[in-house]
Amino acid sequence: MTAGSSPQELAASRRRLWTEIAGIAVSSASFGLVYGLTARNAGFSPLEAMVMSLLVFAGASQFAAVGYVAGGLAWPGVVVLTALLNARHLLYSAALAPWLRDRSLLRRAAMAHVLTDEAFALSMAHFRRLGRADERGYWIAATWSTFIPWNLATLAGVVLGGQIADPSRYGLDAVFPAAMAGLCVGLVTGRRELVAAAVGASAGVIVSLAAGPGVGIVAGGLLGPLAALATPRPLVEAAVKPIDETGLP
Amino acid sequence: MSSDLVLLAVLMAAVTYPSRAIPLLAPGIERLPERALDYLRLVGPAVLAALAAVSVMVVATDDGQSFHVGIEWLAVVASIALMTWRRNLLPGLVVGVVLVAVARGLGLG
Repeated sequence: MTAGSSPQELAASRRRLWTEIAGIAVSSASFGLVYGLTARNAGFSPLEAMVMSLLVFAGASQFAAVGYVAGGLAWPGVVVLTALLNARHLLYSAALAPWLRDRSLLRRAAMAHVLTDEAFALSMAHFRRLGRADERGYWIAATWSTFIPWNLATLAGVVLGGQIADPSRYGLDAVFPAAMAGLCVGLVTGRRELVAAAVGASAGVIVSLAAGPGVGIVAGGLLGPLAALATPRPLVEAAVKPIDETGLP
Repeated sequence: MSSDLVLLAVLMAAVTYPSRAIPLLAPGIERLPERALDYLRLVGPAVLAALAAVSVMVVATDDGQSFHVGIEWLAVVASIALMTWRRNLLPGLVVGVVLVAVARGLGLG
């Protein structure tokens, strides 16, 4: 995967990459702002929200962590659910590995930190257009589509959130459940995902009523996939790979 | 400024980074059984749905928890509907928040 491409082809592909980045960056910034607001409403300090965005840099799990913390879930539960939610990156990393195998270990280690759904999708498309890897293109895709807008917008959201005295008056307390529901829809690509979501929601509510939201959320997250695996998958769905369409890192 | 959750963020990062890095740093090591990969793919919708449902349907009371029906459900329904229709999260969030704010302004929630 190191076949050459002309400087003109590289320039053309990078121009296209920038075009693709623009729309995603706007979306990432929007959700970074919402994440910052939501985290602030849940009692996160600006420092806590920013460290999470910089170090974890995984939108859905960060939104989820806000819910876990607000629901009183113990830290080990938060960490386990975060690991499960973010395990999909294994697939992206494995797909990129053959393209980047001639880069140094240190460079690959650094590149891994900014690997998101969007970085994967943009850079793979760029590499395929070129017929080879373009490390600079990867960094452009990963940082400008999500890392920079997500973190700047988180900062703006968490600072702005501190200025709003009663967020529920403006409906801002509804952002979190609405965002979770919308993100969930983005991941439902077939019958199994639908069953996982339905059972996850039902089990989450039932167990929460009996044992508290912290336990309920974990139960929903673990039981939903089990129920879904017991559901036959139509052959036509087998080739569909769920990709986050939301612009979240 | 509170920093209690900084350690939580570090722990979350510590379990997130390996899934991003291991295949890049040690190709081949990530090969999990297909059943395990299927399970992991399904965790996302299950956890997110649980979070959404619990957030709007369960409230804390003096006696523990109780089932809640409220105007916040509208925001969730709007988000699901618009995400299904447009495949874009933002319009659903905006409509949901505006619906809830207007309903509360009218004294409905």
